[in-house]
Amino acid sequence: MNELALAIPWLGKRNPLAARWLVIAIAIAAPLVAMAFGRTWVRVLDFALLYILLALGLNLVVGFAGLLDLGYIAFYAVGAYTAAFLASPHFDVHLPIWIVLPLAACFAATAGITLGFPVLRLRGDYLAIVTLGFGEIVRIFMNNLNYPINITNGPQGINALDPVVLFGWDLSRNIQVTEELSINSLFLYYYFFLLCVVGSIIFIQRLQISRVGRAWAAMRDDELAAKAIGINTRNMKLLAFALGATFGGVSGVLFGTFQGFVSPESFSLMESIAVLTMVVFGGMGNIAGAIVGAIILSALPEILRHLAVPVQQALFGHVLLDPEVLRMLLLSLAMILMMLLRPSGLIPASAKYSHIRYLKAKGVTE
Amino acid sequence: MKQTVVALAIMAIGLSAAQAQEMVVKLGSVAPLTGTISHLGKDNENGARLAIEDANAKGVTIAGKKVKFELMGEDDQADPRTGTTVAQRLVDAGVKGVVGHLNSGTTIPASRIYNQAGVPMISPSATNPTLTRQGYKAVFRTIANDVQQGSVLGKFIVGSLAAKTVAIIDDRTAYGQGLADETEKAVKAGGGKIVAREFTTDKATDFNAILTKIRGAKPDVIFFGGMDAQGGPMLRQLKQLGVEAKFVTGDGGCSPEMIKLAGDAIGANAYCSMAGLPLEKMPGGTEFRNRYKARFNADVQIYSPYAYDAAMAMIKAMQAANSVEPAKYLPELKKSNFPGVTGTVAFDDLGDIKDGAITLYQFKSGTWAPM
Amino acid sequence: MEIFLQQIVNGLVVGSVYALVALGYTMVYGILGLINFAHGDLVMVGALTALQTMMFLMGVAPGMSPIAMLSLSLLVAIPVCMLLAFTMERLAYRPLRNAPRLAPLITAIGVSFLLQTLAMIIWGRNYHTFPQLISTTPIQPIEGVFITPIQITIIVVSALMMAGLVLLVTKTKLGRAMRATAENHRVAALMGVDTNMIIALTFVIGAALAAVAGVMFASNYGIAHYGMGFMPGLKAFTAAVLGGIGNLGGAMLGGIVLGLVESFGAGYIEHLTFGFLNSSYQDIFAFMILGLVLIFKPTGLLGERVSDRA
Repeated sequence: MNELALAIPWLGKRNPLAARWLVIAIAIAAPLVAMAFGRTWVRVLDFALLYILLALGLNLVVGFAGLLDLGYIAFYAVGAYTAAFLASPHFDVHLPIWIVLPLAACFAATAGITLGFPVLRLRGDYLAIVTLGFGEIVRIFMNNLNYPINITNGPQGINALDPVVLFGWDLSRNIQVTEELSINSLFLYYYFFLLCVVGSIIFIQRLQISRVGRAWAAMRDDELAAKAIGINTRNMKLLAFALGATFGGVSGVLFGTFQGFVSPESFSLMESIAVLTMVVFGGMGNIAGAIVGAIILSALPEILRHLAVPVQQALFGHVLLDPEVLRMLLLSLAMILMMLLRPSGLIPASAKYSHIRYLKAKGVTE
Repeated sequence: MKQTVVALAIMAIGLSAAQAQEMVVKLGSVAPLTGTISHLGKDNENGARLAIEDANAKGVTIAGKKVKFELMGEDDQADPRTGTTVAQRLVDAGVKGVVGHLNSGTTIPASRIYNQAGVPMISPSATNPTLTRQGYKAVFRTIANDVQQGSVLGKFIVGSLAAKTVAIIDDRTAYGQGLADETEKAVKAGGGKIVAREFTTDKATDFNAILTKIRGAKPDVIFFGGMDAQGGPMLRQLKQLGVEAKFVTGDGGCSPEMIKLAGDAIGANAYCSMAGLPLEKMPGGTEFRNRYKARFNADVQIYSPYAYDAAMAMIKAMQAANSVEPAKYLPELKKSNFPGVTGTVAFDDLGDIKDGAITLYQFKSGTWAPM
Repeated sequence: MEIFLQQIVNGLVVGSVYALVALGYTMVYGILGLINFAHGDLVMVGALTALQTMMFLMGVAPGMSPIAMLSLSLLVAIPVCMLLAFTMERLAYRPLRNAPRLAPLITAIGVSFLLQTLAMIIWGRNYHTFPQLISTTPIQPIEGVFITPIQITIIVVSALMMAGLVLLVTKTKLGRAMRATAENHRVAALMGVDTNMIIALTFVIGAALAAVAGVMFASNYGIAHYGMGFMPGLKAFTAAVLGGIGNLGGAMLGGIVLGLVESFGAGYIEHLTFGFLNSSYQDIFAFMILGLVLIFKPTGLLGERVSDRA
């Protein structure tokens, strides 16, 4: 959580320990506070956690390894559909989450390697557009594989996915503690997702300072030099794709079981772009950045709905820009302005790992 | 769990304050207010709004208190995930019923949330059969579903239009595919032959390649399951390719927008179907159209009369049960039986509208004329 | 047979539009190595600006001849797109010219979405009917093969504009400066070429082509919409890659080939795969081609002949 502590600008530097505890406290208390404003906000937090997982995964690929992936949502789709195949009435298979989750992770990783292998040689911008194509191809197949054999149920999507059941606890049911007091299912999901996120953060932190993490950093900053010092860039790239995809797959499973319904509409190009914006906005190549970016941008539509409409009504008497348009506007401006004014993101990666700073300091340009 | 207590306290204060004057009852309306079918979404919301304003103007008294209905209009962007978030927000806000959503793809996942919260939901436009076959008790619709509509369309194509060969196109959305599949079944059942089954998307503008292929199959009738934004340009391209087959589409293309987008390419060989009776033939249709126009300065698109009836069904059930609590008025809602704008509103065991009428229209002198 | 020929016509019409848009991608890529994602959206801006102009003209001069109206609306749409491209280059891309590779790419995606959102705010979200000022009544040069005057116009105008562009790049002083800049910015600058101006001009010329493509596209289908540019833009980029990016002839060839592949793909895929796949996969052809070309023949059909790169 060290990096997370830095997310609190003032306290983070002075007293990292206090900042760390503060972050943990916020994470635990967040849904209780959100509840005071309505259950919607707890749901928003649940989705925010899913987006954090996605952003963390994409950050591995884009931020750590420097490979721009515009089709990342495809892995999310792989995860969600794995859950739909293995735990729903669709094929009448009902496997527990403990089996679905690792299987989905494997499938997503395989998909990641399948994508990664052919595109290894491609440079940044070509890679971006090929991955974009890959994402669209996956979505189109999901949308059409109901014929000649019905596999994905096509555009109708798959309904009634089994909820997560942990040790006999059905997370989709409210737990009745006493007569009046019950713990809402949204809370249960929140803490379950939080566990997943914390596990991921610890894993990624370890990874970042491991040989692999350092190899990625070297490769991202200068591929040729990385090769020269004996890094197997091919394997490193494949590993980045596979691990990134795994995160996508896992969050896909969580998304599917949480929402109880998957359909191809949820895996559009716009979603890939949205996750990318989270990473870019927060700061490429660092964990805290991905997390902060994901929280802010996934809550943005809800915040806009609550702020933009009343504010505009007060100012102009009617709504000029509806929240969705405003969200698109802010997302696109965020992408442009971040790159122009603060390319290292809201929370810049610590200098040690930052290629952008490094390059700037050295005056090296690609 | 302190928050719960606080929330309860706030609610209690809120209730006692309301008791003094009048009771405010919130109903939700959800439809895509942004995106390519926002014109239909706004139409739905307007329909529900009109019903609520009517009820307020007339004055409704429930359990001895004067009730003021309020509409919470929400935007689900035709996106399933946004749909569930919005559904949760309505439930949180304590709505007593929801009119929506518009698309089947968003309505199905959202219905789960309403069902869990016990909030009755009536969709004025989601026609996918699955919606009412999930075993949810509080889910209804005021429009005939795809099975009903598809079978009428199929019979019409092989019967009235006497088509021997039929080509079917769908837009690969939950709505388009569902309707196209049901129509295909009915055409086959009626002895018609499917000579081509083609596909496009809900974002496409060029259909020349598939239409050329269809032209090669020489069908008597082309059926399109999809929305007006594609149907209009499709008619233009059919004309440019010199295809003279009759063109039939479902309710998604049965709008003024379709006529506008098709320009001079639409003619007497274009047909569409709509659940329910035509606005003119609806018991309260003409009056509804005029009042709608006067109130919103816009034309009725498609589903607003159904949204109106959906909201009315809830209000009437509340009156009958003498309660605005979902658990109390739900049994009355199931028993609904009243003359609405669209016809008699009554639900079957699943929650589908009973005897959902389907009307066919032909393009005549600049408008869709009921046949 | 006439079905086969008709599919060729369909493919040529779509392909000509792709080709015209692909030129813009290829010029910018050739000179800067940047995929200008927002180029496709210039097509949309061109179409909607022209629509706005036509609406205005119909209001003030209802009796105006269709050709005059079309020309006037083009005269408005082209400069608007040029100005937009100039602004885009100046504000969003130029400051990032020396930044790490990912930065301008992400900015370009941002600019694309920004343009779509702004168009949504200005023109609304609905589909608009676009006046078809050139006749759409089909003629049959061969029995059973239909082509409309507007489609003929599209093919001819595209060919003329491409020829003009090739002449500009190969025969004029400006063209030489463009090629020099593409070859090597620094050396070109040392030789007295104002590389900043040349790069801006490249964007502006591409934008003009995009505006024309937009008006023709909208005239052909009779509709215009804020999202109409994005997909054709991506496909045009594919066409540029297919032909060999940075190569003008390649962009044209790639556009036509892609148009034909899509048209034949949708028409014949069912027979070719014994009914397993069908026209619902129409949109994957472009992406498949893109992947395959980049993996197996990254230089594209015509290769990257450095000498006539623009």
